[in-house]
Amino acid sequence: MEKTWNNKAWFMVLPVLLLVAFSAVIPLMTVVNYSVQDTFGNNQFFWAGTDWFVDILHSDRFWAALGRNLLFSVIILAIEIPLGILIALNMPKKGIGVPVCLVLMALPLLIPWNVVGTIWQVFGRVDIGLLGFALSALGLDYNYVNDVFDAWVTLIVMDVWHWTSLVVLLCYAGLVSIPEAYYQAAKIDGASRWAVFRYIQLPKMKRVLLIAFLLRFMDSFMIYTEPFVVTGGGPGNSTTFLSIDLVKMAIGQFDLGPAAAMSIIYFLIILLLSWIFYTVMTSSDEQA
Amino acid sequence: MARITLEHIRHAYGERPRSEADYALKEVHHEWNDGGAYALLGPSGCGKTTLLNIISGLLQPSEGRILFDGRDVTELSTQGRNIAQVFQFPVIYDTMTVYDNLAFPLRNRRVPEAEVDRRVREILDMIGLADRAKKKARGLTADQKQKISLGRGLVRSDVNAILFDEPLTVIDPHMKWVLRSQLKKLHRQFGFTMVYVTHDQTEALTFADKVVVMHDGQIVQIGTPAELFERPSHTFVGYFIGSPGMNVLPAKIDGITVTLGTDAIALDYRPNIAAGATTELGIRPEFVRLGREGMAVRVIKVEDVGRQKIVRAELGGKPIAIVVPENGEIPAEPRVSFDPAAINIYANSWRVGREA
Repeated sequence: MEKTWNNKAWFMVLPVLLLVAFSAVIPLMTVVNYSVQDTFGNNQFFWAGTDWFVDILHSDRFWAALGRNLLFSVIILAIEIPLGILIALNMPKKGIGVPVCLVLMALPLLIPWNVVGTIWQVFGRVDIGLLGFALSALGLDYNYVNDVFDAWVTLIVMDVWHWTSLVVLLCYAGLVSIPEAYYQAAKIDGASRWAVFRYIQLPKMKRVLLIAFLLRFMDSFMIYTEPFVVTGGGPGNSTTFLSIDLVKMAIGQFDLGPAAAMSIIYFLIILLLSWIFYTVMTSSDEQA
Repeated sequence: MARITLEHIRHAYGERPRSEADYALKEVHHEWNDGGAYALLGPSGCGKTTLLNIISGLLQPSEGRILFDGRDVTELSTQGRNIAQVFQFPVIYDTMTVYDNLAFPLRNRRVPEAEVDRRVREILDMIGLADRAKKKARGLTADQKQKISLGRGLVRSDVNAILFDEPLTVIDPHMKWVLRSQLKKLHRQFGFTMVYVTHDQTEALTFADKVVVMHDGQIVQIGTPAELFERPSHTFVGYFIGSPGMNVLPAKIDGITVTLGTDAIALDYRPNIAAGATTELGIRPEFVRLGREGMAVRVIKVEDVGRQKIVRAELGGKPIAIVVPENGEIPAEPRVSFDPAAINIYANSWRVGREA
């Protein structure tokens, strides 16, 4: 087909360009601007070069928060992905059970983050919370306010409760797209239940699993609201993740320069890790 | 290899069928000979796939029994019946190589690896994919994928029967012919019992020794291609098989005289018809002679289909198709006559035999 060149067409992309500029590019550049300057108030700024970046990369506080973040992401991925697959495999494929299950699965996803946090904050309280009170009544020494391990368990269980549904729904979508003939052929070929999963279901779920994996990784790596509401980053700094630390630094201490440098490093880490995951997980496709 | 006996099989997809209409498969009572090549022919939704899945064990019949060589297998799973089945759309295991795809049914059955290798190589040569054995199956074309599906059916040497569910739907026409003759050759070579489901009469007639014509959940005729053509036992078989199908004209029958509208013709036998039955006369377009003698017809249009012409006409207000040789003339005042030996008489859609 003959291509027509018309430079007026550029005006078509102008609205999107403006939108992206105001919502992403300009704020990002502002952050870049802050990250290379220092201020002592009165809107007076001094060139600081890469000092803030060097500071951040040499601070134990940053590395500790990053470590907690990575640990948290690894744990919730290790639970949510297999659990999501398992639930999706056992969901009904037809009948009245399908809409019932889908709605039940979608419910946690519809709850706003801060509400989820509040629910679990109350739920886990030893004095009035159902979970906390019940565990105490059973003689378990559970207290997420004082105990580091209990705080982590609470956050992880909360995240699993909130987000496993997303993995389930994505996997379920992948599973229902498999034609019945595949299962029939597998029966004819004498395939075991494991072989059906390994050679039919898993390959068909691969793409949605990649999406689920990336979404869950990025979301959990950026987690802020729920731990902020439930534990406020404590006890001590034990649940202070990068985002919480960042907000403390920027809003609490009003250290705009270091906070800006930190958010750029944070952004680059997410970008880099997502790119690595994506490349690794799609590269096996190209070997075919 | 096995002789397959279907004893009073009926199947309904819903629970608790109430009436005859609830059955997707009405009573089937039939025996398939060991080593026979059968085609199940019928339009979409006539129950042929249902019957096939009942034989393979993917479906449990609502009623009736299935026997392989006299042994009741009704309760057995697909695996227990040792059946191979090829589906309409190619089923391949994406992540495996072509070789592993073919080896899969054997490895699942714990066949020794040396034997697996021997069988797989044999099948690879047979389906012409030997040069792609180590490639991932994902990148293949639709007909190569279907060849792998076929190959997985053929790779097991001990199967009781191989069932094909419209396996050539996705294949290009010229490849269809090639694959069909390969199947035919395999059948002659190894003598598998083969059941082949299709809605394509050409496919059925060229593949099978015996064609089973199904209509509305029941078997209406089982016969050789010639029998189906010359003596269709049901008007449905008459117009489903043949191109164009058989002419079926409403007729009044009195002794050996048949009255079509205002014209009367004589039969060469006396059909025995129950009182009150709806009677029809069936005649293949190939056996209708167009000339200056016989019953007056009005020609509506002439279709030239290459080596012959199909004349669409009206006889006493009813449509009739006539096959005329390529250079046959169409008279100005056309009349038709029927070859008496090719006339079939139907009472309530079922053929009334000569012997009665």
